Amino acid sequence: MKINTFKRHLREGTKNLIRNSWMTVAAVGAVTTTLVLVAVFLMLMLNLNQIADNIESDAEIKVFIDLSAEEEDIDELGQNIEEINRVEEHHFSSKDEELEALIEDLGEDGEAWEMFEQDNPLNDAYVVQTYDAEDLAGVASTIEEFSNVDEVDYGSETVERLLDFNQYARYIGITFIAALLLTAIFLISNTIKMTITARRDEIGIMRLVGAKNSFIRWPFFIEGMLTGVIGSIIPIALVLGGYHFLYLNLSDRLNFQFMELLPWNPFAWQLSLMLLAIGAFIGIWGSVMSVRKFLKV
Amino acid sequence: MIEMKNVYKVYDNGVTALNGVSTTIKDGEFVYVVGPSGAGKSSFIKMMYREEISTKGQVSINHVDVSDMKLKEVPFLRRGIGVIFQDFKLLPTLTVYENVAFALEVIEEHPKKIRRRVMDVLDRVGLKHKARFIPAQLSGGEQQRVAIARAIVNSPKIVIADEPTGNLDPETSWEIMRIFEEINTSGTTVIMATHSKEIVNKIRRRVIAMENGKIVRDEHRGEYGYED
Repeated sequence: MKINTFKRHLREGTKNLIRNSWMTVAAVGAVTTTLVLVAVFLMLMLNLNQIADNIESDAEIKVFIDLSAEEEDIDELGQNIEEINRVEEHHFSSKDEELEALIEDLGEDGEAWEMFEQDNPLNDAYVVQTYDAEDLAGVASTIEEFSNVDEVDYGSETVERLLDFNQYARYIGITFIAALLLTAIFLISNTIKMTITARRDEIGIMRLVGAKNSFIRWPFFIEGMLTGVIGSIIPIALVLGGYHFLYLNLSDRLNFQFMELLPWNPFAWQLSLMLLAIGAFIGIWGSVMSVRKFLKV
Repeated sequence: MIEMKNVYKVYDNGVTALNGVSTTIKDGEFVYVVGPSGAGKSSFIKMMYREEISTKGQVSINHVDVSDMKLKEVPFLRRGIGVIFQDFKLLPTLTVYENVAFALEVIEEHPKKIRRRVMDVLDRVGLKHKARFIPAQLSGGEQQRVAIARAIVNSPKIVIADEPTGNLDPETSWEIMRIFEEINTSGTTVIMATHSKEIVNKIRRRVIAMENGKIVRDEHRGEYGYED
């Protein structure tokens, strides 16, 4: 395309936005509303994913060893664990190491435990990791049968429930986002269709004197893209500001529960870029859809 | 050359507009298309710039079958044909100059060429001095001259006019006809659907008369032949 032609399309596209300012406000509003909802859903969904991933990869079985077990017994137990099929890795953690880890995990509250350092009440343990979070239950029950095992712990309920919940949340989220996007495209297309009647004669003459369909479509393409991009400004501002706020206020509290949120940078930027792209996409689609009717034959 | 072979046109609502039309129009001819309202005149000429597509039969322009044409090629067909309507179809917010230039801009003509050719063609229709006016400031005859200027600015080989004098008083109509004759003299084929008995009978040219979607008469230097 020649540079002059492109300038003309740009001029025509923006002119139409300004000339039909109320329609523009309506279309931009539709994009903004949609993207705000999409942003909230994406923030929730992607963070849930992240938390689930964390838990999945952190998921391990802790095998507490009987206090009465001798060193040979402990070695034998280690052998037995190694022979289980789905075990990826296991290592021994002495009761002193366990106490140290506990004190560290609890942070300030951990100080109270320091007095036990002289007389450690904890068990020695094996920490077992499986290839897949789904294998945890099976491997845990196998280990439970071995001798010298005091207790086996793998946070069974929590892990399974969270994995299930995450799965449902993902389906619902994707369905909801798809529905929102289609609604927005429909709204934009209808809004632009209303303004198009005024441009009907212009399009008719363009066709009559031999303008190519692509030439006629370009200003609409640009108009749609601008609608989408302008419509994504507020959602992006909300994501950049709002997520920052949320992250500052929530992440410490969640960290204590061993859950990590996606860090503001780069997540908020990536999400913003995504919103910009989605905005431009639905704007273009809605706009080009509305002009299609006038270009047939 | 325009050729039609046994052309039928049936619209979606069941109306048969063309009922087996065959004719040949050679380069440089001047042809009137006459007949009562609803005889199929408009459908007949719309076939030529592919505003309508034949239901059956062949329409070819310079040996290219237009009913068969790819959608992408249609704009290039239309660049070789200028079309003029009874209601002018000017864009009301654009000046005379802009209305004519519009036809060249949208086919991506070079800006320098546009300026020269628009001024040339406005001179030909006698409206150079009103280039900055908008259509509402012009008389009907002047508006039609702008429309003609727009139709011929790309130097088409064929000019098609659908009742171009239908909205104009007799005196203005003669001015318009003078321009059409000039266009025709320079070698351009002119096809004009009309209801004007005075014009057809005074400026004698080939007459194609249509009734009920058929050509009922085709005469060299013919008469209008209807009492309106």
